[in-house]
Amino acid sequence: MREKIIYELKTLYRDDMRARAFEFGSGEESVCILGSLRGNEIQQTYVCSQLVKELNILEQKGAIVKDKKITVIPCANPRSINTEKRFWPIDNTDINRMFPGYDVGETTQRIAAGLFENIKSYKYGIQFTSFYMPGRFIPHIRMMSTGEEDVEQAKLFGMPYVVRRKVRPYDTTTLNYNWQLWETKAYSVYTTTTADIDEASAKQGIKSVLHFLKCIGVIDESVSTNAGYHSKLLWNTDMVNVRNTHSGIYRPVLQSGQQAEAGDLLARIIDPYTGEITEKIIAPCTGTIFFSHSNPLVYSSTAVVKIVPEN
Amino acid sequence: MIQTVTQADLPCDESLRIKKNRIAPENTDNLKRISIVTGTHGDELEGQYVCYLVQKRINEHPECLNGIIDIYPAINPIGIDSITRGIPAFDLDMNRMFPGDSEGYMLEHIANGIVTDLEGSDVCIDIHASNIFLTEIPQVRINTIFGKKLVPIAEKINIDLIWVHPSATVLESTLAHSMNAVGVPTLVVEMGVGMRITKSYCEQLTDGIFNLMSSLGMWSGEVPNVRKPLVVYDEDPISFLNAEKSGLFVAHTKHWTNVTEGQHIGDIIDPLSGKVLTTVTADCDGILFTIREYPIVDEGSLIGRILPGRELKI
Repeated sequence: MREKIIYELKTLYRDDMRARAFEFGSGEESVCILGSLRGNEIQQTYVCSQLVKELNILEQKGAIVKDKKITVIPCANPRSINTEKRFWPIDNTDINRMFPGYDVGETTQRIAAGLFENIKSYKYGIQFTSFYMPGRFIPHIRMMSTGEEDVEQAKLFGMPYVVRRKVRPYDTTTLNYNWQLWETKAYSVYTTTTADIDEASAKQGIKSVLHFLKCIGVIDESVSTNAGYHSKLLWNTDMVNVRNTHSGIYRPVLQSGQQAEAGDLLARIIDPYTGEITEKIIAPCTGTIFFSHSNPLVYSSTAVVKIVPEN
Repeated sequence: MIQTVTQADLPCDESLRIKKNRIAPENTDNLKRISIVTGTHGDELEGQYVCYLVQKRINEHPECLNGIIDIYPAINPIGIDSITRGIPAFDLDMNRMFPGDSEGYMLEHIANGIVTDLEGSDVCIDIHASNIFLTEIPQVRINTIFGKKLVPIAEKINIDLIWVHPSATVLESTLAHSMNAVGVPTLVVEMGVGMRITKSYCEQLTDGIFNLMSSLGMWSGEVPNVRKPLVVYDEDPISFLNAEKSGLFVAHTKHWTNVTEGQHIGDIIDPLSGKVLTTVTADCDGILFTIREYPIVDEGSLIGRILPGRELKI
């Protein structure tokens, strides 16, 4: 394992910000794995830290295939992590809306440019990322449909689902999109949580990445991996969004990963003053709960649950 | 008449209401309509005072109004209330959510309600105030794909600068792009600085709004003379001055002045060591039209912008 600082930013009063990479094997730039770009992506950092540990062991056993290099960057934005701010501390900009970056531009453009320069030539790019709405996901691979996406290869992660969605205007400045433009096969990996650690899905994320690395011939085929699922492929529009009408205190009954029958009680909305139930959120169809709202408060008309219908 | 354009319930005993005030003569048949929108970013307040000034002048001479003025002072009211640029609780930029979705979640629904209500306007003016970091001269920014249609309208509203900038896909989710895409000519005004009111700029733009109203036959009252703006197209070079060091920026040059190559714009200093970390100088002759207002800078932070080869007649 080699440690390398791939980007450094000097600051006025704080320690310099460093994006630290861990390299395994050597030769062809095969796979780059990125954890957090935002300050609340603790689960994403954690999963990558565990991957560094696993890959270090594998490298010591000689299990990294010859002429293949894997780079893991657990956290590319420690400055935001240390202040527990999702975005850049001074101007609240999102590094993941700045790619491919601009090396003489503004601060987060420079950071994006500095990172991208170091990671754009990899054959595969894996990013552990997060959703802006507070909630819990079934672990899955998410892909933008740019025309360049390789869906069949995404199934090699062995995650329960591979979800595709159409590109929106704001996606064009994300790392995933720009990786694809630079001909890197890019995959966004979602585990269950963001700001909290979820051990079970973290383990799933680690298993899935190791399984993928084996399937694409980057770690030795003798390494025992089993991601566990034949991925189901779907579009995000295949999911049924269940919205609440009333706002209030949100009390979930069923969570992501659980099965729901049509008519099952998914959650209750409670009046914050009287404690009365103002709304029961009922499953409109039978299926698997893909996403469940996790914030104790809920606004009206929120997609509190997303269900993958059984058929 | 104050109306609620769209609304949604917040968790605890409060509704989020987007309101507008419609000012119009009794008979509105066949009248033109201007919509003034502001408060998208909760830390940009210049437009608040413009909303007041426009109504004050109309109220002084209501008989001169021959059109419909819709004023939307706060399309992100919880952002304004909490001094938050984006939308509190979601940390989202309201100006990356348009045109929204009537069937979408709360914020998409709100965004779509605003767009739907603005449809049918003859002109929409979307007033921003730079941000807390930069002071901007009153200007209109126009996406190049709408340049031909919008530059002649922008020339009427008494701003100092029109900046026709290249199209960027990410900007397709702004209010202005969404409105222009459905045929409502929408001007994005940037002026002043975040969290402050620059009275002179607000009065200047208000003069321009009345000039525009007059040119559309919506105002028969007196109209002040308006200035002719500089127009910058995307092929024109603009010089960006970015901080080469992190530190405390102290300006030595005033905003909206002529500068010469090598002129001292300011210093980035280190209060801990008492040293000047770097001196910021103009890299060309031209007009300094943007200057850093918020002193703390990171490496890369924007310090200023210069229009090369242009000169203000003083």
